[in-house]
Amino acid sequence: MSRLEVSSLTHVYSVGTPFERMAIEDVTFTVEPGEYVGIIGHTGSGKSTLVQHLNGLMKPTSGAVLLDGKNIWERGTDIRALRFRVGLVFQYPEYQLFEDTVYRDISFGPRNMGLEESEIDSRVRWAAELCGVDESLLSRSPFELSGGQKRRVAIAGVLAMQPEILIMDEPTAGLDPRGRDEILSHVQRYHKERGASVLLVSHSMEDVARQVDSVLVMQRGRLALRGSVREVFSKTEELKEMGLSVPQVTAVFARLCAAGLDLPREVFTVEQGVEAIRKLMIERGILA
Amino acid sequence: MKDITLGQFFPGDSLIHRFDPRVKLIALLLYMVELFLVKTLFGFVFMAALLALAVLISRIPMKLMFRAVRPLLLLILFTSLLNLFYTKGDTLFRVWKLTATWQGLELGLFMVLRISLLVLSSSLLTYTTSPIMLTDAMERLLSPLKALHVPVGELAMMMTIALRFIPVLVEETDKIMSAQKARGADFESGGILKRAKAMVPILVPLFISAFRRADELAVAMECRCYHTDGERTRLKSMAMARRDHVLIAVMLLLIPAILFGTNRVAFSIIPKTL
Repeated sequence: MSRLEVSSLTHVYSVGTPFERMAIEDVTFTVEPGEYVGIIGHTGSGKSTLVQHLNGLMKPTSGAVLLDGKNIWERGTDIRALRFRVGLVFQYPEYQLFEDTVYRDISFGPRNMGLEESEIDSRVRWAAELCGVDESLLSRSPFELSGGQKRRVAIAGVLAMQPEILIMDEPTAGLDPRGRDEILSHVQRYHKERGASVLLVSHSMEDVARQVDSVLVMQRGRLALRGSVREVFSKTEELKEMGLSVPQVTAVFARLCAAGLDLPREVFTVEQGVEAIRKLMIERGILA
Repeated sequence: MKDITLGQFFPGDSLIHRFDPRVKLIALLLYMVELFLVKTLFGFVFMAALLALAVLISRIPMKLMFRAVRPLLLLILFTSLLNLFYTKGDTLFRVWKLTATWQGLELGLFMVLRISLLVLSSSLLTYTTSPIMLTDAMERLLSPLKALHVPVGELAMMMTIALRFIPVLVEETDKIMSAQKARGADFESGGILKRAKAMVPILVPLFISAFRRADELAVAMECRCYHTDGERTRLKSMAMARRDHVLIAVMLLLIPAILFGTNRVAFSIIPKTL
């Protein structure tokens, strides 16, 4: 059984007013346990609205969201309990910090779950360690930290709930390349350590290509493409029409191939690219 | 958070929407003054019919209009009850030590009508005029006060900024609420103290972001050399059309019509036999 199933999900904003707008239209897909899914799409394509349906923050106008085969809007389902199982990290999560110490802010989620004090403590330390938040920062005020540190604290606040499904809405927006890589490696570690399904909403094709197993492409509220990284990023033309692109390195390799070099076209990360060029150089005897 | 109706603009292209906002503002003021001149039930029916006509023309859904009165329902009920029991006159009925009077009933009814019409008419204005247009109109109507060194421009700018940021802050509140809900925050259950405490995770980030925004806005304004003295031109100029003159004339003519017309129509709910 799929961990998460979205079937014919439709959401209309402000029904019955002049502001009525179709945000999501007939979206269907599934996420398997332990799958790492990337969600890409142009600004306003409905990505953020979509992910807010997955933990019950938004109620679909029609269609359903099923977690482990159970409709989350079924009578008697505890929506709050669901949110501990489907963790959602919003865009710019550092703006939600409010406690007087980092420790207390990270413990907000676990405390709401009603866990034992000792369990809360171990989870807070575990999440802080996982997100690279130093022990010494735990007693500081979150408002004294740098932007990157705040972001990591905020993410730790969600990871401390140890959700089975982790959804991240552009977790790296506004960070420098190093901060971005760090955050993504923390997420990767969570994904591996807990065997959790992860949904990563991102604008960066590079990040998506490097991190995920499969990709969802949203366009104007509809699901335009769904497939593995290889399947999606080989459709250069279609992506271009949607105002998206392939990873830069893929574009570079497409041109190298067009220039007559004997290189694979299906290169999606810089590491793969380096490997392919090294191989070619060895073949040609340039490199030993 | 979506229930803030005051100042909620309902876009459209009706005659009511197209009136010059200054004229609409003056017309509303005149209408309100006239509501206080009305002394008979007939007069209230007449004023209510006028407003109903305006609402019909504006094509604002009736449901939306009534939503504006809802928060005041308790106040209206309370004042009319006070009037019913505390007005001296001919006995209608008795409850315990209180005596309801015919005169009280009439006065209470007048109160209900007056307050409802006041609220409904002002909501019609805010429904059909965007907040920015309204402050702009107010600034222009008050501009003669500049001669008395009243900082009209600054006041208008402050109001514009405040109005401009209401939707931003509402959206921000929604976002923060969602984010905290995603961490299991519970805003719906518990007693008053628990609920008040539950607001902390929203209010702290909201204040921080409001201050940050204010700071950024101030810097941005300074970067564009904003200063308060000096003549400024406007993106949208307001021009009165014939319909605006007609509206003002009608609203002015209503004053004598009420004083010498409806107020003299003897039409009361108090039985003549008493």
